[in-house]
Amino acid sequence: MKDLLTAAQAVIGGIAITALIYWLLNLLIHRLPEKIKKKIEPYVFIGPVLILIGIFIVIPTIQSIRLSFMEEEIDGSTTWVGLQNFKDLFAEEYFPSMVVNNLMWIAIVPLLTVSIGLAIAQLANNVGSRSEKIFKSIFFMPMTISFVSAAVIWRYIYAYAPEGQDQVGLLNTLWIKLGGSPQAWFQIESFRFNNLLLMVILIWLSAGYSMVLLSAAIKSVPEDTLEAGRVDGANTGQIFFKIVLPQIWPTVVAVFITVLIGAMKIFDIVLAMTGGNYNTTVLAQTFYLEYFIYGNTGKAMAAVVILIAAIIPVMFYQVRHYRKFEAAR
Amino acid sequence: MSYSNGTTKSRGSFIVLVFLSALWLLPTVGLFITSLRAKGEAQTSGWWDVLLNPFSQDWDLSSYTTVLTENKLATSFISSLAVTIPATILPLLFAAYAAFGFTFLTFRGREFFFSVIIGLLVVPLQGALVPVLKMFISFTDKTGIEISGQYAAAWFVHSAFAMPLAIYILRNYMMTIPNTLIEAARMDGASNFTIFWRLVLPISVPALASFAIFQFLWVWNDYLIAFVFVGNERPVLTYTLLAMLGQYGEGWQAVAAGSFISLSVPLLVFFTLQRYFIRGLTAGAVK
Repeated sequence: MKDLLTAAQAVIGGIAITALIYWLLNLLIHRLPEKIKKKIEPYVFIGPVLILIGIFIVIPTIQSIRLSFMEEEIDGSTTWVGLQNFKDLFAEEYFPSMVVNNLMWIAIVPLLTVSIGLAIAQLANNVGSRSEKIFKSIFFMPMTISFVSAAVIWRYIYAYAPEGQDQVGLLNTLWIKLGGSPQAWFQIESFRFNNLLLMVILIWLSAGYSMVLLSAAIKSVPEDTLEAGRVDGANTGQIFFKIVLPQIWPTVVAVFITVLIGAMKIFDIVLAMTGGNYNTTVLAQTFYLEYFIYGNTGKAMAAVVILIAAIIPVMFYQVRHYRKFEAAR
Repeated sequence: MSYSNGTTKSRGSFIVLVFLSALWLLPTVGLFITSLRAKGEAQTSGWWDVLLNPFSQDWDLSSYTTVLTENKLATSFISSLAVTIPATILPLLFAAYAAFGFTFLTFRGREFFFSVIIGLLVVPLQGALVPVLKMFISFTDKTGIEISGQYAAAWFVHSAFAMPLAIYILRNYMMTIPNTLIEAARMDGASNFTIFWRLVLPISVPALASFAIFQFLWVWNDYLIAFVFVGNERPVLTYTLLAMLGQYGEGWQAVAAGSFISLSVPLLVFFTLQRYFIRGLTAGAVK
């Protein structure tokens, strides 16, 4: 209870202090001559945020990049080692398999999430608005679940007990019913099957997100474009692929990118399900392991820098896309 | 009316959706049923047996009382709230101010700074984690004020990392406020400060709500920041749950109950505020 009191104090105190800061800044600039005031005032509005972002995101990220070329001693001093951390990371036994895993997450998860979301959005569009709402809530609900809870949930599906013992995992029970013998699913490394099982969890979590956005886009497709297609004798499939899909394409891309970024940064699911064992490790998990468990700052930073480097093209795409969008409005 | 809806109800679509939504619900239902079973039964048979035979089952709420007391899940629940509530509310005013600046004021570097914010939407937080942690530690060395390991550390980090998305959502919303309204207020001699507090902030409440829901769920569900900055002194729910996952002795039903306690709050938020949540999503969430 004391903790909640602290939290309440922080909320009230924090808001009061923030409001006071802005009020004081406002008071200050109103003493300035009109011309100067006009120039400075915008920075009063955006300045505090820029400082916050600078201190907590921009500068630390740059420091991480610097640290990836450094070797850190126990006393905290650093020496320049060039690309040695990267070489060490590349030389790790898990490295090649990690790269393959990350590429698989990127290649499979966004594509399936968007396709499933699109399929559900399209189906839900055909069933009348009351059922549509209920169905959508069901698909959307997993989005509110944490990765850790999702891991608990899916452990009940993938659970394994040796042959002859009671099976409490759904997948193994079904598998045995079909005539198979109990499988330790997480240990099946051929074709990275265990990785696929982990990906299913992220798809389960994010299909609802993709469905909601795509459904909104589908609904905004103008009726007359569809009517024109029907008049010309197009069938349902042709209407969808030739008329609807091109019009909702920007949303498809936006959803794809969002899920793509999520898949690139994937961490909690792997940590909670396999801990990166059995060839399931990924970049963000490697960072966590190397820094917090093994205490290898250099290698951990190298992993982070690779992750950042991988995301930079997406970042540039986002900014360019936004600029185009902005110019159009 | 747009594309088909309501005009042509399709039975085929309905049946496929029933099947798919059953599949989607199954994992969560399994978790819920498991959490209500007695330890012996949860260890020896699958939860679906209960569906076939609901009355032969020993329904048992003791998993909940056990995890809340023995595994200190009640304490973790409080910790989660103590991290989440300030981390949700504190960023709001900062972000609203900045969004106002980016929407209604013209200044040098506006495009540049906003592009930076758009870019930061996707930057992985892992990149900033270690230097921020070091910064907190050296701050403590210099001043003697503890930050790391306290809730405050998580509030700062979550607030800062929330800024890009918050500003983005709020600005998108503020751009729909008619410029004539702002101009009229300016004509009446209102300062930007007054326009922000009296006019724009009240109008922006729905967008603030959308963002707050997002941030609440994000922080509540976060593991990494809580692990790094708050740690095991004040373990939050995700932290405790992950630790429980590592200890099989607890039994299936205990972890299930713990997990259900943790996801009850997001579910409650989701079902009561779904409208705002989805509005926030469509306003352009990219986190």
